[in-house]
Parts: sequence; C-alpha cells; structure tokens
Amino acid sequence: MDATSVRASETTQAIIAQLKDKPGALLPILHQVQHQFGYIPANTIPMIADAMQQTAAEIHGVISFYRHFHTTQAGSHRVEICRAEACQARGGRQLESHAKQSLDIDYHQTTTDRNITLDPVYCLGNCACGPNIRVGDKIIGRVSSEKFDRIVKDLSTATVQIQ
Amino acid sequence: MQRTIYVPRDTTTLSLDGEQVATNISKDAARSNQAVTLIRNGSRGMFWLEPLVEVATDQGRVAYGPVTPEDVESLFAADFSNPSFAQQSAQQHPLYLGLTEEIPYLKKQQRLSFARAGIIDPVNIDDYIAHAGFKGLAKAMQLNAQGIVDEISASGLRGRGGAAFPTGIKWQTALNCPVQQKYIVCNADEGDSGTFADRLLMEADPLMLVEGMIIAGLAVGADQGYIYLRSEYPQALLILNEAIANAYARNFLGENICGSQRSFNLEVRLGAGAYICGEETSLLESLEGKRGLVRSKPPLPAIAGLFGQPTVVNNVLSLAAVAHILADGATLYANYGMGKSKGTLPFQIAGNVKRGGLVELAFGTTLRDLLDDFAQGTASNRPMHSIQVGGPLGAYLTPQQWDTPLDYESFAAIGAVLGHGGIVVFDDKVDLAEQASFSMEFCAEESCGKCTPCRIGSVRGTEVIEKIRNGENVADNLVLLDDLCETMIDMSLCAMGGMTPFPVQSAIKAYRAQLLTNHQSEPHLSIDQHSAERA
Repeated sequence: MDATSVRASETTQAIIAQLKDKPGALLPILHQVQHQFGYIPANTIPMIADAMQQTAAEIHGVISFYRHFHTTQAGSHRVEICRAEACQARGGRQLESHAKQSLDIDYHQTTTDRNITLDPVYCLGNCACGPNIRVGDKIIGRVSSEKFDRIVKDLSTATVQIQ
Repeated sequence: MQRTIYVPRDTTTLSLDGEQVATNISKDAARSNQAVTLIRNGSRGMFWLEPLVEVATDQGRVAYGPVTPEDVESLFAADFSNPSFAQQSAQQHPLYLGLTEEIPYLKKQQRLSFARAGIIDPVNIDDYIAHAGFKGLAKAMQLNAQGIVDEISASGLRGRGGAAFPTGIKWQTALNCPVQQKYIVCNADEGDSGTFADRLLMEADPLMLVEGMIIAGLAVGADQGYIYLRSEYPQALLILNEAIANAYARNFLGENICGSQRSFNLEVRLGAGAYICGEETSLLESLEGKRGLVRSKPPLPAIAGLFGQPTVVNNVLSLAAVAHILADGATLYANYGMGKSKGTLPFQIAGNVKRGGLVELAFGTTLRDLLDDFAQGTASNRPMHSIQVGGPLGAYLTPQQWDTPLDYESFAAIGAVLGHGGIVVFDDKVDLAEQASFSMEFCAEESCGKCTPCRIGSVRGTEVIEKIRNGENVADNLVLLDDLCETMIDMSLCAMGGMTPFPVQSAIKAYRAQLLTNHQSEPHLSIDQHSAERA
C-alpha cells in the first residue's frame, strides 16, 4: 500500500470508529466517506462491511440503491440538473438538452477535461424559480441556457485558479 | 430605534444571489459607517420577490424586492435602512413594496403553521419564544400522554405528507403499545416536484418542527426522534442542525427537558436521493441502513416500525401543526377547513406561474380561485393549460376540473389527489403525451423494485406510450395502456406503482382531447401526421 492509500484507509477507519455505534450507522458512514473522498472508493467497502458485520456485497447493494452515492471519481464539479415536472414547465427540458450539447456529454458522464460531471436530479425544492441546477451544495435558480454557459465558464476559470 | 435589515438565508433566496446581496449590504453599511444589525431570517414564501430584503421601521417592517446585488448601492443611496416609516415611504425606491404584512399575497393568507416564517431568526431560541414558541410544549407538559393524543384527535389533523391519515389514530396506536423503546420519525423526504413547504418550514421556523416532535414524544412515550431529510436540501440540513444544537444548549432537547423529568433526543439523518424513501416503510428501512425497499403492511409502523419498535412517522407539516394545535387549542384548528379536511394546508404554487410561492389557506377554496388570487398568470404569458396537483403521482387537471374545491374528499371524487399540496402549472405548449411518458419513466427510475407491477409495469408503460406517440396501433395500444394502468393500481405494493397511473391516464385523456381539438381546428392534421411531425 502506498502512502496515499494508507492515509485513505486511516481516514475511513476514523470515520467508521466515530459513527459505527449509532443505530442504523451505514448511511451516515457512507455519507461521511463520500464527503471525504468525493465518492466511495472500492477499498473502503470491505472496511465498512467488517464494521457493520455485513458482506461487501450487502454494502454494495445499499450503495447502488441510492442515486446520491457514487463509486467512481467525478470531475472537479458535479452539476446536477433538475428533471422534474415543475422545472419542465419552465423550460427544464430545453436546459437539459442545451447542457448535454454544450458540454458534449450525457448524464452520468464527465467532460474530457475532467472538469464537470453531469447528473440528473429529481427536484431541488425550488419549484417556483426553475429551471434549477445544483453545483456542489449550491442550488441555482432560473437557469437559462445563457446563464448555464456563464456558470460553466466560471467553474472552468475557478479550477484553473486553484491549480 | 436601531437599524435592522433582514435578508433571508433560505434555498430560494440563495439560489437567486441572496448571499451576495447580504454581503453587499454588510459592506455598504460599513462603508457608510452605519450601525446596522443584519438578521438572516427565513423566506416569507413570496418567491417571485426573492431576494426580499426587509427593514424594521416604527410602523412595522417594510420590504424591498426582488433585490439584486447591484441594487444594494441605490438602496443605501435612498437611506433604505432608516427606521422611520414616514421617511421610508417618502423615498419611493423602485423596489419599495411598502409594509410587508400589507402585501396582498401575504395578507390574504391564513397562516397558522407558517405564522413565524420569515419573521424570526430561524435558529434563535429567544426569538422563537418571543413569538409564542414552545407554548404548545408548555401546554403538553401539563397534560398526560392520553390528554395530548385526545387534543390531536379532536383537532381532526390528518397527515400532511399526502396520505391524509388521521394523526390522532396513528398516535393512539403507538401509545397503546406497552413497549419501552418507541420512536418519533419525521418524514422530511419531500421529493414531490412542485412542493417546498417542508423545506420552507425547516429553513424558516425549524424550532416549530422540533417542538412538534418533542410533543409527539411526550404523547406516545418516545424519547428518541429522527428527522429523515432528503440530501437535495443541503441548506435545510445546515439550518436544522443549528436549531437543534441551540435547542440542546437551552435544554429543550436532551435529558430532563426544562426540569420536567422527561427526555427527548433528536438527530437529523440524511437520505441519499431515492424518491421512494418518502414512503414511510421504505424510509424506515433506509434509516436502519438498508436499501429502501418498501415493507408489506401489516404490521403498521405504529406497532412495529423503526428497528421493530412502535414508531410514529409523521410529515414535517403534521408535526409543525401539532405545536400550533397544542398552543392554541384543537377547537380553533378544527374551525378551519371543510368537511373531513380540517385546518389549513400550505399550497405551493409552482411551475409556469408569474407569482410562485407558498400560500397557507383553509381547505375548501377552489384551484381556480387560488390561482386567480395569487399566481397572476403564467411566467411565459401564455394561457394556462393543465395543472398537476399533488406531485409526480398526482393527476393532470384540465380547465373544467379547476373548480374543484381543494380538499381531500373533493379531489378523490374526481380521481385526483391533493397530496402534499403542490400545484404545478403548465402553459398550452405542454405535450401531455410526453408528460405521461415521463411519469412512467420516473416510476421506472424510482421504483424500489420489490413488486412486479411497479418495477416492470413502469418500463412497459414507457414503451407503450412511445408507441402511441409514434402512431403505432394507437387504438390497441391505448387499450393495452389502460389495462396496464389497472394492473398497477390494483396490484402494486405502495403508492409509487399504485398512483403512477393517475398522471398517466389523466394526461393521456387530455392529450387525446387536445389532438381532437387540433384535428377540428386544423383539419389537415391527423393523428398519424401529428406523430410523424414528432418523429
């Protein structure tokens, strides 16, 4: 094991130790692991399974049931577009196709520069101000195609600055 | 009088640059050497006016909105934070809206559950108490468990999540179980498109939910509560956790609450993007750390729920109403509403409307009146065409159905549901066959997979609707679709498969009427040509 994966495994063990005695601890653990790494790395699953006294297959079964949990690393930014009816009524479908076209990817895919991963979401609870998208933990309302392009541009610039 | 400015911190405000508005206000106040108190309240629920900035004056709060970050400079130039009402109204800034409480959209409402929304600092215990908070809890502390349950039963409160089951009966069932460990679970998995009342309450007045849950705990003998919150609500999570921490710090939660010898612990648990977890048994599975598969009933959760123990699962709005009912009495609550639908329902006006937002009214007004009074037409300026009420499992209603009174029984009578009170308006550009197809697709996406009618029926349904839209054997496929819908309604384990046919059948019916009208007005357009155009 290299230094990075040793650290990752230590981090995961710390999360498990902190949460495993809660009743129904699995979802809180998965949330915390994903919060830490941006996804649920494959090597954390046996550790979680051990602590929960379940098989790795059972843990995988839970992860795969929930749309929010991911087992592969996303791009620098996860952009979710609301597909639900209230956004559809305000032009959500047009926004969806514009986003796919301008980023040249479909849902569940990542742009070639690994900057943006596009995902669908079903309702962000901002239904009077659609179409809505979510970027990380930020929800953005009244997203026209032009506004979407501006947001994507800002996300690209921000990444360059960090690097 | 000191200068006080309010900028909401709810999701809608933040989604429209509200944080930048607040930042600019702080900066400009510092620059002009003004001592200004900036309070981050919740939203009043008039979303077309967000970010709605309010200023305290000697006559009450005045409002400005919608405020963009760029508007802040001109607001300061107009001395908008001046606490003299006379000075404020003389200014006539273009965004000036007058006294907030006098804005007709708010004034015409009957706010019981949302009485404090947008008024208080949502996480401030003193502010909550100063606005009649914890009055219901104080009353509950004087009653025995049966006394509290009787009060809820007398109010006629029915579950606000959508199923409208009488809350008193649910509580009585849990109370009657002679078991040590019981649970209160708040269903905050508000997944229905077009609904945001739970979110608004949790972001504007979370302590009301906390109070309702403590009262529920006292009523059935539970000392542990969980709020199951959907992961799509990150801002609500933040605010709820702050409010709960503050309630613990002041001993409204924890052991020996305010010296009462009673205990109640409360924790927020996050869902993970599964719509089905809004179904109560699926929610309980998820809370236990499992896949959210729906359980067969019986046993009822009130008898064997979370970890097999008696569990009350109530919606956010039901629990919030509890706090109000205990504070002001069951009779007052039951005086609102009509027939068996007692009290108020926060209607959520969403989709293609000019003035979307939350409107709390007694049951009984008609859909048409509600939209006439509040929505002010569509955002696209086209005619309203169809309205989906009650979320993704609710029927699409066409104009001749808009005079139906908004109460549970009247809606059931026309094959529709009121659900959680979400109202999604579409204009005449809507393609109802496409909407029907989406309903089936959504069911396929969100089905837990446990029962066949839902798991397979939704996939077959999507295919059949595609064929209808493509003009393949239309008459035969319509019969097939009807047959499939009947199977799903009768044979599904829960409402996911059992109610998906509501939007599907209503949309298909309206779609056929739409085609017929088009056919009459534009004789060249036959069903087949219509389909060909689409392809």
